[in-house]
Amino acid sequence: MLTLFSEVKKLFTYTVRRVFSLIPVLIGMTLVVFAIIHAIPGNPAQVILGQRATAESIATLTKELGLNRPWYIQYADYINALLHGDLGVSLRTRGPINEEIWSYLAATAELTIVAMLIAIIVGVNAGIVSAWFSKSWFDYIAMVLALIGVSLPIFWLGLMEQWVFSIELGWLPTTGRENVRDPVAAITHFYLIDTLLQGRPDQFITVLKHLVLPSLALATIPMAIIARMTRATMLEVMQSDYVRTARAKGLSMFWVVYKHSLKNAVIPVLTIIGLQTGLLLGGAILTETIFGWPGIGRYLYDAIGYRDYPVIQSGILIIAAIFVLINLVVDLLYVFVDPRIKYTK
Amino acid sequence: MEKNPILHIKDLKVSFQTGKKLVPAVDGISFELKDGEILGIVGESGSGKSVTSLAAMGLIPSPPGKIENGEIIFEGKDLKNISEKEWRKIRGNQISMIFQEPMTSLNPLFTIGNQLMEAIRLHTDLSKREAIVRSIELLKLVGIPRAEGILKEHPHQLSGGMRQRVMIAMAMACNPKVLIADEPTTALDVTIQAQILALMKDLNKKTNTTIILITHDLGVVAEICERVIVMYAGQILEQGDVRTILKNPQHPYTKGLLKSVPDLRGKKDRLYSIPGTVPTPGSIHKGCRFAARCTEAFAQCQEETPDLFQMENDGHEVRCFLHTLKKGSGSHVGVPS
Ligand SMILES: Nc1ncnc2c1ncn2[C@@H]1O[C@H](COP(=O)(O)OP(=O)(O)OP(=O)(O)O)[C@@H](O)[C@H]1O
Ligand code: SF4
Ligand SMILES: [Mg+2]
Repeated sequence: MLTLFSEVKKLFTYTVRRVFSLIPVLIGMTLVVFAIIHAIPGNPAQVILGQRATAESIATLTKELGLNRPWYIQYADYINALLHGDLGVSLRTRGPINEEIWSYLAATAELTIVAMLIAIIVGVNAGIVSAWFSKSWFDYIAMVLALIGVSLPIFWLGLMEQWVFSIELGWLPTTGRENVRDPVAAITHFYLIDTLLQGRPDQFITVLKHLVLPSLALATIPMAIIARMTRATMLEVMQSDYVRTARAKGLSMFWVVYKHSLKNAVIPVLTIIGLQTGLLLGGAILTETIFGWPGIGRYLYDAIGYRDYPVIQSGILIIAAIFVLINLVVDLLYVFVDPRIKYTK
Repeated sequence: MEKNPILHIKDLKVSFQTGKKLVPAVDGISFELKDGEILGIVGESGSGKSVTSLAAMGLIPSPPGKIENGEIIFEGKDLKNISEKEWRKIRGNQISMIFQEPMTSLNPLFTIGNQLMEAIRLHTDLSKREAIVRSIELLKLVGIPRAEGILKEHPHQLSGGMRQRVMIAMAMACNPKVLIADEPTTALDVTIQAQILALMKDLNKKTNTTIILITHDLGVVAEICERVIVMYAGQILEQGDVRTILKNPQHPYTKGLLKSVPDLRGKKDRLYSIPGTVPTPGSIHKGCRFAARCTEAFAQCQEETPDLFQMENDGHEVRCFLHTLKKGSGSHVGVPS
């Protein structure tokens, strides 16, 4: 009992310490994002409004953006607003960004999570089977596919998917996230959840169909990388002394692989998952553009077209924050899996 | 007192695929393990001691390894061709093994208790609670203080000596008939070494476990073994009971090994070491495998391979032409030494 309590306490202290260590990173991020608008040469209001803006509108915008005050006051204001959950106002829609952005964020999150789940489930299992039957035909085929997978450009894959499955076969929709004639009434903006909450299995299926192609396109690269990583670490672990010990006890190879090898192989795979989830956000912008997915990538893309600086700022800030958060989660998972880390770090 | 053989290895040949060639690491080993004895196997690094014991556990990594020939007879039954399922009933239950590498032989991610109980619950139908009781009992048996606490710890929290004790406890979990200890003390410091050896001797007496003790060190053999096998380059060069061999070694290699043991006969000379190294498997095609390093080698040694020769003393065998000659010629010329 006592040891359990002290374990939990250690884990808690570690978490708190890791979270605190993020503060300088977060401050740095806000500084960079804040600097974006000030890095624009000349008067930003002029740049934002374009060549033919009147002096009057420029003055109004300058004031609206608070650009006539010293930068540190502006920064303090910005931070203050952020701390109150206020991301500013979109120049294009005139709506508060923190209200608008959520639906885009949820759309991206839904796509990314589904893609990552596919990548992990398929990748890890393919890696295990390949390692178990290493040098078999399954292994060769899986590894050739993985090699192709990592080298495929997402946009090409996306376009091919659309061509084959939507245009030629007509099985799946090309773009969007829902049937526009029967839109999903948003609650959480995660449509898979919302449709279920409202008891609309028909809509759930529609949403799922819309998810298939973009999430597969997005999952391909991480899936291939995870499969290769899992295979390599499994092969290494299966040669290890402790696996031999486990076999010497009389355990079956199946049990040895699933208990003694998999947990050890998970550690490097976790690293890859963390890195890939970060990269997925980048991949999401491409995928969202190809598949007309109303996510944060599209939101940013449109904002850049309109020179909607507050939105650009917020979008970048949020993506960066998510990246940092994912890394934190991965680090905490390490501690959860590997008892050695608690004491050495 | 005649003891029955519990494990009989007959003409065992184990090879490893190296590049395109199949290279023998163990080449025609035969010996009997008598019920209740402690048998020592000595030999320099690479002589095939671990490969022999892995074969007796059915754990030769394959590929690259392959048992090419021979029989492994345990309690009258040949294990060579039994199924993996039958092997699993024997491993950890009837025959157990302690590995050479205590630092890496435990899974770092699971607690000691978890790994210990895994062995117990696999071969017995003890409940979880009973298995915990048995684990604590085992840890106490191998001399681990505060056994209850250790159960919840992870391997990295224990010292090398403690880990090796845990390994021994794990191997003893189901009261195996045969315990193979592959250099259980090489990774440990001298005081811990002595404790572990005392523990093995104790286990042998208390539980009547038959033990194969693999070591580099004839001093260790002198201390606890009854019989000893001297291995070299995948072959047995000399075997017999410990007293005979220590007092009256016949093979030049054994003599060399004995000279390199510090203080065994009360002398305090500078430590002798046999010049040269063990040939890599497959590198010797004809002649005595020890010829390149033997101070007594003569012409025949380069051409022909000597067989094991039965000495007058029961069970004492030597693989050296000096002795076949003696017999072949019928003369009683003293062996030059
Ligand atoms: N997995 C393997 N793959 C290829 N060759 C191997 C393998 N295991 C052992 N061998 C070969 O078998 C020979 C004997 O090895 P073994 O481990 O039995 O020696 P040993 O007597 O136990 O030595 P040590 O005292 O260093 O433990 C080695 O020289 C090596 O070439
Ligand atoms: S056979 Fe010859 S080389 Fe081999 S040990 Fe005897 S004397 Fe030495
Ligand atoms: Mg060895």
